[in-house]
Amino acid sequence: MEKVILHCDLNSFYASVECLYNPAIRDKPVAVCGRADLRHGIVLTKNQIAKQYGVITGEAIWQARKKCPQLIIVNPNYPLYLRFAQEAREVYARYTDQIEAFGIDECWLDVTGSTGLFGSGEKMAQEIRERMKKELGVTVSVGVSYNKTFAKLGSDLKKPDAVTIISRENYQQIVWPLPVGELLYVGRSTKRKLENLAITTIGKLAASSPAYLKRILGKWGEVLWTFANGFDETPVSKAGFENAIKGIGNSMTTPRDLQSLQDAKILIYALSDSVAQRLRKHHLKGRTVQIYIRDNTLFSLERQAKLANATYASGPIAEKALTIFQDNYDWQKPIRSLGVRVTDLVTADSCIQLSFFDGQARQLKLEALERSMDEIRRRFGHYAVQRGVLLTDTPLNANPVEENVIHPVSFFR
Amino acid sequence: MKKVFVDVTAEFSREGSLLPRSFIWENGVKYEIDRVYECCKAASLKVGGQGLRYRCRVRGKEVYLFFEEGRWFMEGKK
Repeated sequence: MEKVILHCDLNSFYASVECLYNPAIRDKPVAVCGRADLRHGIVLTKNQIAKQYGVITGEAIWQARKKCPQLIIVNPNYPLYLRFAQEAREVYARYTDQIEAFGIDECWLDVTGSTGLFGSGEKMAQEIRERMKKELGVTVSVGVSYNKTFAKLGSDLKKPDAVTIISRENYQQIVWPLPVGELLYVGRSTKRKLENLAITTIGKLAASSPAYLKRILGKWGEVLWTFANGFDETPVSKAGFENAIKGIGNSMTTPRDLQSLQDAKILIYALSDSVAQRLRKHHLKGRTVQIYIRDNTLFSLERQAKLANATYASGPIAEKALTIFQDNYDWQKPIRSLGVRVTDLVTADSCIQLSFFDGQARQLKLEALERSMDEIRRRFGHYAVQRGVLLTDTPLNANPVEENVIHPVSFFR
Repeated sequence: MKKVFVDVTAEFSREGSLLPRSFIWENGVKYEIDRVYECCKAASLKVGGQGLRYRCRVRGKEVYLFFEEGRWFMEGKK
């Protein structure tokens, strides 16, 4: 039986919710931006009117203001957006239980099994579109197709408040003329490589030989070729936007640039603390520590190293992160943002290789200590107990667990 | 139009449904709700909000009463 997949994309999600709650700004250009005083001042989403002025997601507030001086800037209200994302999921859940979130505002739905009950994919898509408008007051664009890649492409073609169908009959007319950069997972650098080979459209990608693409792009070459031809058979996995299975990480753009090792140390400990806390919450341990550094010219680098044992204690994670940091950063420039991530996850109760020599007992003690800290924080708040190093600089000592922002997770899991 | 939050007296039924019985408007006047026609999830585009929308008859007129995140609001004239 042919699969029926919907991809639902809430249009200008943050901006739409803000405009719903503030009718006075609804007919004006609006951008939801990070807080400038915390140096998070970039455009997160903009409404359709701001879009017409050429305001783009990711640019700095001053750049957006240059294009559109009367732009209304709104600070984000994440709890409200999460509530709306949840409400949207409840609408989807009336049609299927196979819902895979891709970021906060996009979902894939496998409705193959529901066609007998609710009619064709298109009919369900239209119903979802109407319901979203009536019940939530925001609009959604839906792509209907027989695989996930084309469904996602479809939802991007017509927006806002629209349904696009990509079938086996029409995909060559609709999908193939599109620029190759529109395809899922063709990012900036892949796009450049492909364009250098005169592969400018998805159709040209589909017509290339997979072996050739593999030589150029590695195994991704073949994957992209299957995407372009509609052979993508990745299933819609039941996954919420809160799931992060491959790794757990936090990063932060700091209120001021980091100037010294001491600064970096404070932040690394704060981030490691929150990463470890989330690992414990999800009952996971990790073996690999990655760090991410971005300097004040926005140049960034990522490095990683392995731990001796999988852990969910913040001490070893922070120590490792600090070592990687010292080995890889030479302080040519001050740092704007830092991230710590733990990957290579195993469930916390899986077997470990014991050792005669290094301090296994110490690690167990440390883990017990940190679990007690969790309990204290649960009852008395995040700042009830903390590391001494974090007290030396209050502005850097944020609470990344609560201020954690949800980003799209990987497509393959 | 403006969003007017109101004090509401409501009833929980044994089955778990929630029905508003009366509300106090911003001028202090108490209005009885004669009948609830319908209750569904909806957004208020007029004043900005989203929740359970009760379509009610009050003194012969039809009005909407919204229940959003534990608070009740109505769509005020100005």
